[in-house]
Amino acid sequence: MVDFGGWDMPLNYGSQIEEHHAVRRTAGVFDVSHMCVADTSGARSEEFLRQLLANDVARLTDAGQALYSCMLNPAGGILDDLIVYRRHAGQFRLVVNAGTRDKDLAWMRTAAGPFDVQISERSDLAMLAVQGPQARAQLAALLPAAAADAALALPGFCGTQQGEWFIARTGYTGEDGFEVMLPNGAAVELWRQLNARGVRSCGLGARDTLRLEAGMNLYGSDMTESTHPLESGLGWTIAWDPPQRQFTGRAALEPIRRSGSPRRLVGLVLDERAVMRSHQAVAVPGVGAGEITSGSFSPTMGRSIALARVPAATGATVTVDVRGKPLPARVVKPPFVRHGRVLVPLENQQQGQGAAVHE
Amino acid sequence: MSDIPADLKYARSHEWLRQLPDGTVEVGISDHAQESLGDLVFVEVPEVGRTLAAGEAFAVVESVKAASDVYSPVAGTVLAVNSKLATAPELINKAPYGDGWLMKLKPAAGAPPALLSAAEYARVADEG
Repeated sequence: MVDFGGWDMPLNYGSQIEEHHAVRRTAGVFDVSHMCVADTSGARSEEFLRQLLANDVARLTDAGQALYSCMLNPAGGILDDLIVYRRHAGQFRLVVNAGTRDKDLAWMRTAAGPFDVQISERSDLAMLAVQGPQARAQLAALLPAAAADAALALPGFCGTQQGEWFIARTGYTGEDGFEVMLPNGAAVELWRQLNARGVRSCGLGARDTLRLEAGMNLYGSDMTESTHPLESGLGWTIAWDPPQRQFTGRAALEPIRRSGSPRRLVGLVLDERAVMRSHQAVAVPGVGAGEITSGSFSPTMGRSIALARVPAATGATVTVDVRGKPLPARVVKPPFVRHGRVLVPLENQQQGQGAAVHE
Repeated sequence: MSDIPADLKYARSHEWLRQLPDGTVEVGISDHAQESLGDLVFVEVPEVGRTLAAGEAFAVVESVKAASDVYSPVAGTVLAVNSKLATAPELINKAPYGDGWLMKLKPAAGAPPALLSAAEYARVADEG
């Protein structure tokens, strides 16, 4: 058990690697009730969120659609990353990180004041993430027929309200699946029913290796208030158009966008038998230096992978200081793994296809 | 509760030592140690023939969570290492006192250092 944003959470329920493989190959369930769910209310909610968020909620044309966005401070620093869902009657639901809950709610409420928008935390809701190639079918089998049909018909990044349950086709693993927000009292029963169907309980450890393989940032590690989206691999989440939308942080990011960010977030693959960890130093010969922001062992690839913030001019290889040893790592574009498939070269192409790197 | 076989000796740094009938010893890490480390992914074992001092780091065990040095409970010369760990580090998680052994040593002459009994080590493991 570890403390995670004030919640006692298990790193694993036995074997982190087996939990990881279950999500890539069959299905696993995560208790992500630590995530903070908050609903807006007020006639000007959309207008408020178009100022608050770097991505544009006006892109959500239909109820149920979801958007990933950063919430920035005026300097362009990332206060948090979140998912926002459009709900009925012009209202929205935000799901933010547990570790930033207090800061986020205070920030949002201050920003919401001028728009006369209220932010209500939904601490009455638990959240279970059912992830993996069999996840959708496994959850659907436990739902009433109409809810199952609605859930199975969801396109990616969309949700549906079914009675007291909100079921969304979202996740943090790089696999298909659902995130289910449901009354606290119903969560344990759903967990047990999923277990009984063979859906494996998964802890924070597997959640971290799965999201890292999927090339998804972790707030507090890969990005913080002192880093901006353009150096965090998140330029694609900023809606620059329409140009007149003055979201918080825009004025600070425009010049960086024009001149190009001096640093960028890249993926690294280590072919040596060692594991890259966060905060290890990265040397880029002839260019400069960087740092690992997240590093671990990739169970799917059988070697270490990492995200690192490096100078923009970084080329195909870097040197990582792993426990005092300088080891060569290859620079790749995340994601490393999606839908059970490895998306980056497993061997060093410069050595030729046949060069075996494992012993 | 972790498994602490009564017939082995232990080091405070979570290694175990088994006296073999021929005078050599076998060394590995305790069940408590593998449990705290989590799933092992890489194991670095020493060269056969290397001479070790008591307390000298001779192996690195790296798990999904962290890398840790492993220290030799006694002085001696490395006679054999568990080569299966190169491709199956999980043997340490599955059988820390059996298939997950790390090395066999020929102990150096002289009085061996004081090691812990199972009961004494149980108190160390309890403290974390």
